[in-house]
Amino acid sequence: MTDPALTLYRLQACPFCERVVRLLQEYDLEYDSRFVEPMHSDRDVVKRVSGKRTVPALVDHTTGATLTESANIVSYLEATYGGDAPSASAEPATAGEGS
Amino acid sequence: MDLGFDVVDLPEQDHVGEGEQAPDFTRPLVNEEYWEDTSLSDLTAEEPVVLVFYTMDGAFPATYIWNELRDREFADYDATVVGLSISDPYAHKRLIEERNIEFDLFSDPTNEVADDYGIGNDLDGMTGISEPRPATYVVDTDRTVRYAWVAAEWPDFPDYDELEAAVERVV
Repeated sequence: MTDPALTLYRLQACPFCERVVRLLQEYDLEYDSRFVEPMHSDRDVVKRVSGKRTVPALVDHTTGATLTESANIVSYLEATYGGDAPSASAEPATAGEGS
Repeated sequence: MDLGFDVVDLPEQDHVGEGEQAPDFTRPLVNEEYWEDTSLSDLTAEEPVVLVFYTMDGAFPATYIWNELRDREFADYDATVVGLSISDPYAHKRLIEERNIEFDLFSDPTNEVADDYGIGNDLDGMTGISEPRPATYVVDTDRTVRYAWVAAEWPDFPDYDELEAAVERVV
């Protein structure tokens, strides 16, 4: 089995994560889901991967990009995998989402 | 263990045995940090697997079994030791933390994997709940069962010496 090129760190029922999942499914992209715990202090793996403890966090093994914040991730996916012309580039993560 | 009375026998079951192909399955595999859908065949592609079916997290046999496997240093073998119970991933994460378990645990709340292996155990007094009988399987890289032990009594515990010998024959 080949591993999907995308790994999504997510929290069960997190709306920001589901927003990303919806787009991944819309683009028919294969991805691995890694579920983490609600407590931020229990999310060392996300911190190691992305530098932050928030989810969603997406790792694109093809491009080497690691993104946080659903708006950033959505922009990145649209620009990288969307059929339309690139819209926005993914900005470095900023604070805001509380998931 | 001499209790002065007979331990309850479990009914005979036709379970997956030595020489047979271990049924493949995909379930969330929980480690100390996250869980992710994983197939048994993903694991056996790398090295032999010791698949440990056990009672739901929190029941005393779960604690006994994982303490024993830890103390016997099963982690040192060139084999992947994984557990499987009907407990959900959050419970698995707690058990891993509380018992310092060095092994990952599959979560199978519907108990379908145990049914595929022929080791389902309907629990008396817990209506609607079925879980695996305690069982240990050593599966080689062809996914052939090289050793199988399934509980015949309730409770019953793996023969750890036998399990160690079986792992040593495969790795």
